[in-house]
Amino acid sequence: MSSDTAPEPIDRAAAPTPSAADDETGWTASIRRRVEKTLPITELLPTKQPAYIGSWVYIFGVVTIAALFWLVISGVVLAFFGSAWWHVSSLGHFFNSTHFWSVQMFFIFMVLHLWGQFWGAGWRDGRAKTWMVGVVIFSVSVGTAFTGYVIQQNFDSQWIAINAKDAINSTGFGGLFNALNFGQMYGLHVMLMPIGITLLVVLHVIQVRAKGVVRPIDDPMPLAP
Amino acid sequence: MKASKVDKKTYYRGIAMMPYDLLKEVTFATLGVLAVVLILSAVLSSPDVPSVTLQSWSKANPVDFLTTASGELSGSTIVAGYGPPYNSGSGSVQSWGPLSPQSWAGVHVPINAPNDFVLQPLTQATAGDSQLALALTAYNTASGDQQQKWLTAYATGLGTATVAADGTVTVPSGDYGPVSVLMDRMLTLARSGGLDALLLTSDHFYQTDFSRALLFLDDGGYIADLATQQKLIGSDWGVMNETGRYPGSAWLWLYTMWYQIPPFNSSTGFLGISSANTDLAVVGVMLLLTVLLLLVPFIPGLRDIPRWIPIHRLIWRRHYADMRRQAAASVQDAP
Repeated sequence: MSSDTAPEPIDRAAAPTPSAADDETGWTASIRRRVEKTLPITELLPTKQPAYIGSWVYIFGVVTIAALFWLVISGVVLAFFGSAWWHVSSLGHFFNSTHFWSVQMFFIFMVLHLWGQFWGAGWRDGRAKTWMVGVVIFSVSVGTAFTGYVIQQNFDSQWIAINAKDAINSTGFGGLFNALNFGQMYGLHVMLMPIGITLLVVLHVIQVRAKGVVRPIDDPMPLAP
Repeated sequence: MKASKVDKKTYYRGIAMMPYDLLKEVTFATLGVLAVVLILSAVLSSPDVPSVTLQSWSKANPVDFLTTASGELSGSTIVAGYGPPYNSGSGSVQSWGPLSPQSWAGVHVPINAPNDFVLQPLTQATAGDSQLALALTAYNTASGDQQQKWLTAYATGLGTATVAADGTVTVPSGDYGPVSVLMDRMLTLARSGGLDALLLTSDHFYQTDFSRALLFLDDGGYIADLATQQKLIGSDWGVMNETGRYPGSAWLWLYTMWYQIPPFNSSTGFLGISSANTDLAVVGVMLLLTVLLLLVPFIPGLRDIPRWIPIHRLIWRRHYADMRRQAAASVQDAP
């Protein structure tokens, strides 16, 4: 495309913040308006929060995510070198240990976070979906941990697989989800389930940031200014 | 005005706000968790008890191995008569009243115990072993009744078998037909490590499915004995235990708890739930509880528990103290 007049230089300092005007149409403008309304950058990266989040209960959410981060990092290293590596390499065994303890910490912190939100009734004031996504994350995490245990390629994984098969078979899903099939469990554990958990955690964090932290019980929002 | 519909400024009306650095908090949490993970990994390491192989099993307990192998050949083991998803048996099929999803699902991982665990591996190992080839022919051409007579006699003989220092099993003489040769070769094959490979054999070069080898191991008593030593069996709440002295899947405590109490562990049962369908019942209960947890925000009574048991008074202790101080101050300021 050519033009007779040279384009005007853009004064970036003076350029307004990109924003989809109400009269702009199209999918992109619509999505941008929705994102700007639901989660403006000031809420995604807040610099002020209610003083009551100074409680220790609010630590468990962020440390759960921290443990998940190291879980994924150590898992990536283990996956890169192959499923047998950590049995024959001391460095590999150390990375397996970091994966093992990250799992333990992930679950401890997640359960403490779940209990903290339960006793604080964190689903109040329109936050039910946030609670529900959290419960789904917990459930998927239990499944992911299971697939991790059965792909260790040691005695533990053998014993867990042959015992778990009876429970899975009883539900009719034994043919679809075969704990004795290493290849199937490996694929689920190193790819599909971690991606699922990560996406769900991102959604959960967006929900928390978009709605904000729920007010304490017995201190409802005043009806009038 | 519903609290769920207002913007944050309105929602937090009357709440003291404080400076907050999200990225700093995330960074500190990430580094803190890393430090703890590294210390635990360096000091405590992680469990890795070597896997059991058919070779190690046949060397450590050859009589148990032969008992299992002859049981597979006679079709009397648990897997041989398991039912879906392995075969058309019914020995391990669980149902609750008319509900039997295991039967409905059908066979998807076909296992023919006599053929897959014994006859097929032995057939593949006949090269250069005419005695084995003759024994296989004799066994395959005999009637079913005759096969069972030989196998029953062999199983009885195994009860008084002796094991030499080199691992050779001597079974008292009896009318075992070709079964004694078949079992002798099974043991030789297993001790050489060949059976481990043959039970993985499929039509493909690459192998990742250990179903047959694990099901064969499961039918024996050896792996269960090792699990008992590690306190991994069900009555020891084994589902949430780990080998050695390491923490296991503690998050499964509720799941494994059901296995320890009636009616789930009872032979007589209640409401159709008993030890005969424990797995199906426990999975069903856990699914129900998970759905209840999911729907807590919408279930009257359940969602009110946090108000009735005021643990939130501890969580927001300082906030409530501030509220009380403000209330007291406003009373004092009142004219």
